[in-house]
Amino acid sequence: MSQQTLAEKILSHVSNREVHAGDLAVVPVARAMTVDSIALSVMDVMKQLGCERVHDPDKIALFVDHVAPASNVATADAQQKLRAFAEAQGIRAFYDVGSGICHQVMIEEKLVTPGTVAVGSDSHSTAYGMVGTFGTGMGSTDVGLIFATGKTWLRVPETLRVDLRGKPRPYVMTKDIILRIIRDLKVDGGTYKAMEYHGVESFSFDSRFTLASMSTELGAKVGLIEPDEVIKKRFPVPDWLYSDADARYLRRIDLDVSTLDPQVAAPNSVDNVHDVGELKSVHVDTVFLGSCTNARLEDLQTVARIVRGKRIAKGTRLMVTPASRTVLMNATNDGTLSTLLEFGAALATPGCGACMGRSQGVLGAGEVCFSTGNRNFRGRMGSPEAKIYLGSPAVAAATALTGFITDPSAL
Amino acid sequence: MPRIWKFGDDIDTDQVVPGRYAPYMTGDPELQKYAFIENRPDFAKQVKTGDWIVAGKNFGCGSSREYAAQALRKSPIAGIIAKSYARIFFRNALNLGIPLYESDELNDRVQDGQELSFDAEHSSLTVDGKTYALKPMPGFVHQIIREGSIIDFVKKHGKFPGE
Repeated sequence: MSQQTLAEKILSHVSNREVHAGDLAVVPVARAMTVDSIALSVMDVMKQLGCERVHDPDKIALFVDHVAPASNVATADAQQKLRAFAEAQGIRAFYDVGSGICHQVMIEEKLVTPGTVAVGSDSHSTAYGMVGTFGTGMGSTDVGLIFATGKTWLRVPETLRVDLRGKPRPYVMTKDIILRIIRDLKVDGGTYKAMEYHGVESFSFDSRFTLASMSTELGAKVGLIEPDEVIKKRFPVPDWLYSDADARYLRRIDLDVSTLDPQVAAPNSVDNVHDVGELKSVHVDTVFLGSCTNARLEDLQTVARIVRGKRIAKGTRLMVTPASRTVLMNATNDGTLSTLLEFGAALATPGCGACMGRSQGVLGAGEVCFSTGNRNFRGRMGSPEAKIYLGSPAVAAATALTGFITDPSAL
Repeated sequence: MPRIWKFGDDIDTDQVVPGRYAPYMTGDPELQKYAFIENRPDFAKQVKTGDWIVAGKNFGCGSSREYAAQALRKSPIAGIIAKSYARIFFRNALNLGIPLYESDELNDRVQDGQELSFDAEHSSLTVDGKTYALKPMPGFVHQIIREGSIIDFVKKHGKFPGE
């Protein structure tokens, strides 16, 4: 096999034939995942298919994270049914309320394997690309079919290759890099495509998650990072898992990150991105430090470093929703959590939280939120009359300190 | 006569059905009531059999939530014609058997509320005396639509299209 991108290589290996962009491939799915908000629909698809048992309970993972804990009787009833399903089907990878966000736990618990295909009933399943897993999001019908058959079909995507160059300035994070890429390519710039990121060797394990997961905001099918030593230390990486030197890319994008300012997406589109300085007159009512995009230990530590010993701005709130129980435990043990609480933060149960606009910090009409999450669509976090700005944990910290969208390097 | 419901670019799934109206939150399976509930509250009340959605680029971007596509499946619309679709929405709508077409020019040429007639045999739409040819879709799209849905297809053939 030659001239292959990472996406083509993985899909060739799993389908046992050489495939290239444009081919249709029916592939085995090494791990399929669903969550409390979608699980009942997935179970209904199995019923419609007349399928009583999942194809392989060890290739499935289930999470209660989207509304966790339950916020009303309807969600509590649905969660009961999910628990019963996990038990009846013998699915061991079941993570109940408080475990954390599905994507974070999938990586922490090594439920995904580099060089295989993993499908989640959640668009941010592109996150698994951070370890070289072909991770992609699908709807409940596709995921139900995978539960029943162990397979799915994919059109092999063309690849956009991004080469990052230079060292980012202090307080510039991978969130700023991916927002800059979305600013340039727009929210449909990667539709049906694979993103393939290079030049990430100096970036930490945690920070790579943000690049891969937010690839879905470009419309991309997958956001792959070629595994290097940082990944090989934690995951088994097959020796063929690299892109060929003569691989054919649809487009190559070079991005010099050394001059990049912190980036902020203004309402109501993820590609409405500005340099942080352009938005400094925007007053913020609530800062949300959460989501699968940016609520890992490193993110919480970044905020803690900026706010240590200080008090939150009067008239502004900070909601901290750690990405997982493990993140929360680590942040407790190293003192990060008490720094945030002393600053004035409110703490929520690890999970998707306010990012979904369903519980644990829903926004009202006219409220302005600065979120470390991934989407600022109208109505995403609650009232359609609320306004959502997206940016990094460092900008979130500076913003909580001043009450206005603030460049942390200007403090 | 059926009519056009015109939408712009980048209509995300939170605009089709906001997360707070998910069946998971409400326990209500009558999803069609919530289609475009905040974006276009008149849609669910007035949409009639045979109406078409004519959208811009990247229709259905954002979340993987299939209930957005399901809300449109349960509404009386005949199908969707967009400049382009977001990938998860495209799969979801196709899997549910919603006829999907693409046209680069239609959205720029027609107005919301205009009457239309659709010619399935020739994949064309006529509005105000002018006929617009719609782009042919890949073969597997027709295979799924012909059987009704991906579930019907798999039940009948015991495999995926193209397998």
